[in-house]
Amino acid sequence: MTRFILRRLLSTALVLLVVTFVLYMLLNVALDFFWDLRSSTSPNIAALYESRRRLLDLDTPAIVRYFKWLAGVGGCVVGQCDFGIAWKSGQEVTSQLQGAIANTVKLITASTLVAIVLGIAVGMVSAIRQYSGFDYFITFVSFLLYSLPVFWVAVLLKQYGAIDINNFINDPTVTSWVPIIIVCLAMGLFWMGALGGGGKRRLITFVAASVITFATIYYILASGWMQQPSIGIIGVIVIGAGAAVVMTFLSTGLKNKRVLYATLTMAVIGALLYMPLQYLFYYQDMSWLWMLGLLIVTVLVAIGVGFAFRGPDPWDTVRTTFFTGLIIAVLIFADRVLQGWTEYSEDPAINNRPIATIGASAPNIDGDFWITNLDTFTHLLLPSIALILISFASYTRYTRGSMLEVMGQDYIRTARAKGLNERTVVMRHALRNALLPLASIIPVDIITMIGGAVITETIFGWNGMGKLFIDSMRQSELDPIMAYILITGLLAIIANLVADFLYAVLDPRIRVNA
Amino acid sequence: MSTNNDNQKLLALDETGDNAIEAKETEGLSQGRIVFRKFLRHKGAMISIVVFALVAIFAFSAQGVGPIPGWWIYSHTASGPVTNPGGSPTWSFSNFFSLGEHPFGQDEIGRDNFARVMKGTQISIIVMLIIGGVSLVIGTLVGALAGYYRGWLDSALMRVTDGFIILPVIVVGSILGKLVGGSNGPMLGLVLGGILWTGLARLVRGDFMSLREREFVDSARVAGAGDFRIMFKHMLPNAMGVIIVNTTLLMSQAIVLEASLSYLGFGIQAPGISLGQLISEYQTSFATRPWLFWWPGLFIIIIALCVNFIGDGLRDAFDPRMKTIPSWRKMKKAERMTQKEAK
Repeated sequence: MTRFILRRLLSTALVLLVVTFVLYMLLNVALDFFWDLRSSTSPNIAALYESRRRLLDLDTPAIVRYFKWLAGVGGCVVGQCDFGIAWKSGQEVTSQLQGAIANTVKLITASTLVAIVLGIAVGMVSAIRQYSGFDYFITFVSFLLYSLPVFWVAVLLKQYGAIDINNFINDPTVTSWVPIIIVCLAMGLFWMGALGGGGKRRLITFVAASVITFATIYYILASGWMQQPSIGIIGVIVIGAGAAVVMTFLSTGLKNKRVLYATLTMAVIGALLYMPLQYLFYYQDMSWLWMLGLLIVTVLVAIGVGFAFRGPDPWDTVRTTFFTGLIIAVLIFADRVLQGWTEYSEDPAINNRPIATIGASAPNIDGDFWITNLDTFTHLLLPSIALILISFASYTRYTRGSMLEVMGQDYIRTARAKGLNERTVVMRHALRNALLPLASIIPVDIITMIGGAVITETIFGWNGMGKLFIDSMRQSELDPIMAYILITGLLAIIANLVADFLYAVLDPRIRVNA
Repeated sequence: MSTNNDNQKLLALDETGDNAIEAKETEGLSQGRIVFRKFLRHKGAMISIVVFALVAIFAFSAQGVGPIPGWWIYSHTASGPVTNPGGSPTWSFSNFFSLGEHPFGQDEIGRDNFARVMKGTQISIIVMLIIGGVSLVIGTLVGALAGYYRGWLDSALMRVTDGFIILPVIVVGSILGKLVGGSNGPMLGLVLGGILWTGLARLVRGDFMSLREREFVDSARVAGAGDFRIMFKHMLPNAMGVIIVNTTLLMSQAIVLEASLSYLGFGIQAPGISLGQLISEYQTSFATRPWLFWWPGLFIIIIALCVNFIGDGLRDAFDPRMKTIPSWRKMKKAERMTQKEAK
């Protein structure tokens, strides 16, 4: 195994080296290092050309310059990175990279997580209801999302997702109920298709989903929730209990009372800890380290509760309480973040237009941990939606395809034949095996997402790696481009290696021999 | 006749009869005919082909190709007086339906948006086809050579493929686009085709690796056929399904890639024209002249969606495991027939 990994690593590293060399040569031809001097009428133009030539060392042949650059980069091994400078702004590339990498990682992580969860869920349901109206609808939607140009969607998102919503927050009058009713009916149809069942059950699902959607929208509009969004202790209790029931349903079925009680205990603990946590958040300055600590406490509590209820299959109980605990923890975190909403909106830098269309954070915003987080989230919202839309489509297709493949296997027939209920067959026997190929696709998809982030970051002014690349291309700055290529290439190598490794670990049928 | 038909549907319900009915349907047909029939039955693909053909015919005939003039009176470059205030679209439903002078509206200097969108569609389709063609040739050739000869040639070719896959296509695309872009669409297509072939090459290689172990390859070799004859006369037709399907799906990727590059400013640039370039040019006028932004985007989506569906239909048609499932209504009807007969 180690030999296999080392060999792969070495050969791909060599490939990357060749790629950087070829692209360096190409860029030397493609970039115009004198673009800003071309139309200059300055009397000392010749001297300007000469100084630029000296600045960029253009008199040495490109091959020599490449090895100079490589030597600088190679310094990273001994802790002295030199990626060169971005000549237009005079900044060192290393300092440019620091913020950019962090921003890109933020964006990609947020979008990938959401896309994976949504994509797997929808793809699974679509596969179970193969050849139904729901399946055709999802297929159509995923093809549509494939075909959407990101930059086009981004402009629409800016208009309807940010500008219009911000206008609405400032002037909450509903001009027409027709679109709201259409949305309610659409949600009804969606859930009807997703949950399926016989004629009567479909009707009940349709009516219930429509009414619940309508009630939610009505409540949001009537109570002015958009102006002051909050979850509150009631929200934590209701959503927490809902999460407990849903998680139990998905993992063991509601008939398993022991697990149900365990998850409900988690919800109760969450509700009881709500007030004490508010005191903690008030008196203690928070940081991500604190959050991590609290998360670990949550996990420990979840494991403790799971083992307390144990039952014949303790890991089932633990797994279920674990996921319920995570949801409740995120809920309490989101609640605390939202508490800063009014203060954030009224900040002069925000000026009551909380949903941002540009940038990674608002300039001149000063606030504590919670306000800065809220600021990050409002900025993350639109670019992540743009990225999620595309990746969601591919995860849905993959999950659907691999789920269909698995559902046709003999062991599924066996599972059904021995009398397991459909939930167990789907969640335990089918889904787990269907997710195997996804383990090798996710790392590769992340690379695609980095590519997609190039466009998204440019449009939303998100100061990440992609924007750095495009800006440098426009300014003909060679060094930042090369840094981008090198880092993205390394990420790709690591991602592919992780994909192979994951697959080999998860699937015992795969044997790696060097 | 109708009872016979219904009986067939009944059989379709029965799992044991499943194969029988399929055998009956495909009796005496060549593989090509079977695939073609299956493809014709895919509704999404059929609708897409018609829509795509209409779009292409419209785009090419309206603006003309090269020296041949089109039927639309305005050209995409000529500016004229602005008809409606702000140049908004002139079509109306007030008395029946009238197109008016500028059905898609005009831009700020009075250029006809319909002419521009049609010209852009035309260029985008050409670029897409060139990308598809170039990728098809390179991908098939590389995949076939690597899969057939294996050994050092395989590892060398696969390392080259890795080199292309290691970076997002948009990154390599921007660099190459900056090199050759400008207003030259076909040239951009050639270059982009040179980077999009990798996925196809990998799939063809896999196919060829398994095909070369088959008996018909051995028998061809015994009969004295040379390597190239075996590869392109005997093996290639067997790999055709993979190649056709993936080239189609690749083309839907290609049109979005071209649009993205043109949007970023590394693809087709003014005075050249393409759908992505139009959106890039008009994105700031979304608030004031939304029609300049909506139309090119809509055409990108229509083309990409159609190509995607055609690819999906082809995949289903080439997949031998794919069975034609009777529609829900036919199943119900067959069920009713059984009940009636049982009475």
